[in-house]
Amino acid sequence: MEASEAKSKRAGGSRLCCICNKRRPVLKRPKTLQQICRECFYEVFEEEIHQVIVQNRLFKSGERVAIGASGGKDSTVLAYVLSELNRRHNYGLDLFLLSIDEGITGYRDDSLETVKRNEVQYGLPLQIVSYKDLYGWTMDDIVKMIGLKNNCTFCGVFRRQALDRGATLLKVDKLVTGHNADDIAETVLLNILRGDIARLSRCTSITTGEDGPIPRCKPFKYTYEKEIVMYAYFKKLDYFSTECIYSPNAYRGFAREFIKDLERLRPRAILDIIKSGEDFRIATTTKMPEQGTCERCGYISSQKWCKACVLLEGLNRGLPKMGIGRPRGSVNGDNKHTKAGSTAKSIESKQCGSLDF
Amino acid sequence: MRLTLEFGGGLELLCDSEKIHKVNVDLPNGAAAADDFTMKHLLSWVRTNLIKERPEMFMKGDTVRPGVLVLVNDCDWELSGQLDTTIEEKDVIVFISTLHGG
Repeated sequence: MEASEAKSKRAGGSRLCCICNKRRPVLKRPKTLQQICRECFYEVFEEEIHQVIVQNRLFKSGERVAIGASGGKDSTVLAYVLSELNRRHNYGLDLFLLSIDEGITGYRDDSLETVKRNEVQYGLPLQIVSYKDLYGWTMDDIVKMIGLKNNCTFCGVFRRQALDRGATLLKVDKLVTGHNADDIAETVLLNILRGDIARLSRCTSITTGEDGPIPRCKPFKYTYEKEIVMYAYFKKLDYFSTECIYSPNAYRGFAREFIKDLERLRPRAILDIIKSGEDFRIATTTKMPEQGTCERCGYISSQKWCKACVLLEGLNRGLPKMGIGRPRGSVNGDNKHTKAGSTAKSIESKQCGSLDF
Repeated sequence: MRLTLEFGGGLELLCDSEKIHKVNVDLPNGAAAADDFTMKHLLSWVRTNLIKERPEMFMKGDTVRPGVLVLVNDCDWELSGQLDTTIEEKDVIVFISTLHGG
């Protein structure tokens, strides 16, 4: 009798799902510490995301929306849930999958196979845009030139633009990405650690870029990474899960480690950090960068040249440090100097993409 | 004790790229009876016998690295006492890492 009692206690059988009070719980929600069963989990997970979408007015009926899809856990679950909610609640959206091929062998080529399967499984048309086509450089080429530091700077900057260009090709009205609560909490910390006030003020917005080419939003802003993974596991969703081979050197890793340790002690910390980020107010005496457009390609930029153009110029001139770190004086100190000499010569580098904004 | 252990989310790379391991675990000497065998013992066994490289990706101290989810018979181990969860014959334990791009 002791053994069977122990067994039922272990399986959580002595308690029932907090919500339905009928079924055996399978998960403890970090957000609420509730113990819930599989079916109730699906319901609250999907319903909460629906509420985030509705309360923040993320979409309008008839919009064409591209889902930034990498084949990873967040974007796969996003594609699945968004198409389901679109159907269930009649959002009236035209959904697409947009994937970026950075040219990272052994990582991106595998995950793209997953997105191609998602295209079939979810019935969403797929568009792939590559760094090679847009910039003339793959990440593998870039790393060969610059070494293993600052890779994420190049990749992140290029990817942001690549998504916008892909979205333009698809003629969509909006972009959605799978950034989850853990990601956003990490970003808040990262920006604090770096003193990046401009980014700090923007990074918790659920919709960004409304004054740029394509607005983008993050329906998973309040969704815990743990729940995304559990949802994908129970629903047996097909996703690709390997760390980018260049990521071990990324600074974000420290913020991530810290957030994960924090979550263990106090799971609510993740949402609370996001709340702190939302409620920050910048002192009026702080100088903030002004937004304009890039002189070279027309993309939005707070400097004369957008970061992608600066980085690309550096790559094509064999000056891998250009645009990295903070030179003394203005942020674009380097840039002013090189621009002065370059107007007369023709540059071998490709123009930043073939589309001008 | 015969168990099925599954590794996902990239953890399989630490175990010779095998996702599923059907194993036979010897009860540690300290355990008087099968009832005493817990996740704590199992983790130690896994680290010694299955993790072939970079053990810090799987464990931190006595427990799994933060960011690794553990399911015992498809049930979150947070519900059954984490390290104190008792393990029985034919149990299925799944380890999923969440620490990768999404």
